[in-house]
Amino acid sequence: MPEIGLNHFLVLSAILFSLGLFGIMTRRNAVVVLMGVELILNAANLNLVAFSKFNGTMSGVMFSMFGIILAAAEAAVALAIVLNIYARFKTVDIGEIDTMRE
Amino acid sequence: MKPLALLVPDALTATAVPVQAENSWVKAFESLEVFGVPVGIFAIPAIPLVFIALYALYVGVYGERKVSAFMQDRIGPNETGKWGLLQTIADILKLIQKEDIVPIAADKPLFVLGPLIIFVGAFAAYAVLPFSSEFIGADLNVGVFYAVSIVSVEAVGILMCGWGSNNKWSLFGAVRSVAQVVSYEIPASIAILVGVMMAGSLSMQKIVMSQSGELGILHYAVFQSPVAWIAMIIYFIAALAECNRAPFDIPEAESELVSGYFTEYGGMKFAMIFLAEYASMFMTSVILSVLFLGGWNSPLPNIGGVALNDWTSGPVWGAFWIILKGFFFVIVMMWVRWTFPRFRVDQLMYLCWKVLTPIALLIFVFAAVWELYVR
Amino acid sequence: METVSFILFSFLGALVMVGSIGTVWSRNPVTSALFLVLNFFALGGIYLLLEAQFIAVVQVIVYAGAIMVLFLFTIMLLNLDDEQALKEKFDLQKGFGILLGGVLLVEVLYILGLKINLPQKSTTLTPVEIGEAKNIGRELITNFLFPFEIVSILLLLAVVGAIVLAKKNFSPNT
Repeated sequence: MPEIGLNHFLVLSAILFSLGLFGIMTRRNAVVVLMGVELILNAANLNLVAFSKFNGTMSGVMFSMFGIILAAAEAAVALAIVLNIYARFKTVDIGEIDTMRE
Repeated sequence: MKPLALLVPDALTATAVPVQAENSWVKAFESLEVFGVPVGIFAIPAIPLVFIALYALYVGVYGERKVSAFMQDRIGPNETGKWGLLQTIADILKLIQKEDIVPIAADKPLFVLGPLIIFVGAFAAYAVLPFSSEFIGADLNVGVFYAVSIVSVEAVGILMCGWGSNNKWSLFGAVRSVAQVVSYEIPASIAILVGVMMAGSLSMQKIVMSQSGELGILHYAVFQSPVAWIAMIIYFIAALAECNRAPFDIPEAESELVSGYFTEYGGMKFAMIFLAEYASMFMTSVILSVLFLGGWNSPLPNIGGVALNDWTSGPVWGAFWIILKGFFFVIVMMWVRWTFPRFRVDQLMYLCWKVLTPIALLIFVFAAVWELYVR
Repeated sequence: METVSFILFSFLGALVMVGSIGTVWSRNPVTSALFLVLNFFALGGIYLLLEAQFIAVVQVIVYAGAIMVLFLFTIMLLNLDDEQALKEKFDLQKGFGILLGGVLLVEVLYILGLKINLPQKSTTLTPVEIGEAKNIGRELITNFLFPFEIVSILLLLAVVGAIVLAKKNFSPNT
């Protein structure tokens, strides 16, 4: 069995990031797009914690804490915005919300 | 310890050697193997599970019926067995025999998974409950925080139940219940922080150890700070709300919502939700007694040569005391349930956000100042 | 011990991938959200594997306990389930998404393949000590005091912003 090193965690994080990006690019539902953003933030946190462990410093853990706090704040405000968008446009399809273009 | 020293003679406060938690029973279990199979590892979680089952049968269901009967001047179950002791076994047999119904319109995976997640959320917290100085499932260095966080997973299970049932009463019940659980986590966490701050650790065993001493009950955190009792009451109220117990049982208010998020459940799934409710009642009671009432420490003091504290301390006595304290608060919860009328949903949110949270924050600041400059 | 951690890593890693693939692929937003919960739990397990106990618990309480409840609440309030009008068709956008995600993944994996070495351990902290609540608390009020304060202001702003946005008659200039 190979030893679990830093690269294993980085690969997992890269996959998570790419899947999150894929979700943001392809889904039309605003709520699911936000879920993709959460996946990307998680990928970043995983990287930071892994760096922290393999480098022996606290910075990575601290930054991932701030990242989690940021994700919480972002989710609260973004979902409130989605609720407002739904109240106004009666849809959360991000392809249909295009009044800025006109 | 300064204020305490003023109250009691010097002879009593001398040589207070705190009890050390060794977790030796857990270590013995961990190394237990039968034919090379690590049986002990499975025995550690099995012990709390068996305990929950027995407790829910006798203190939970039977106790609740007897308490409610006593409060309402009735007799309660008295036909099946001596004093009706076999009534709950009969109930369980009935629930097992029932057909396992899944409504056609229900979202089947969610409907089936919901009760499981609720039960797992309630049961996973038992891993960090210190049942004795020698027995704790896992002595994590973030024990209390783990217990708070894993309980919040129940909210996801409740939403799955409510959404999966595809029934408007269930959905209303689930949404109300989750709003309630999530809001009451805030005052509960701040109250827990007061206790954690007084002990200076998040590890359950360390919190209990910080409250042991020769004077028994006087070393408990609730008597160590002038505001600790307020934090304890706030935690107790919030715990009632988090367990969805009356007077906060709005999610399952019979008169409004049939029975909330578990309207569509029957048979074993219903039994599981029921068991989770009783399990989380005992869990919050134990966390309360660990944080503020000394956990497995004996409440009796040493008075001169009459060493009541020494005689009633030890691993087995510890298990006795903590289970006794837990049961006491479970009984108080039942007492509250059959005494107070139900809150309205807006009153509930008012109580949480405009009464409990500000008071908890003020107490938190006061307790911090007290810890820094007085104790 | 290494075998155990390898098995745990493989299992949790597989759960993370199943969770995230389920999140981006499933049609029903409720299913998406529940896969995301699975993903967060598995990530919490991976943090435990990295011996960051505090971060693992924060992950569970903030993501699984708070953020996902918010998501599920929003989905249920919008009642998106019976609105299948949001058809997710395979169009140019999706193809482009696969392309971009794939290219990025290959690129990142290639860079990882170069095996760049990190600067070696610069402190005497053991991995367990890094994850401890005590050390995190000490760092928060010493080296990271300024970010800590900024984040507290950010949270306050988020609370105020969410309340303003959630008010029933919120209508800018109408």
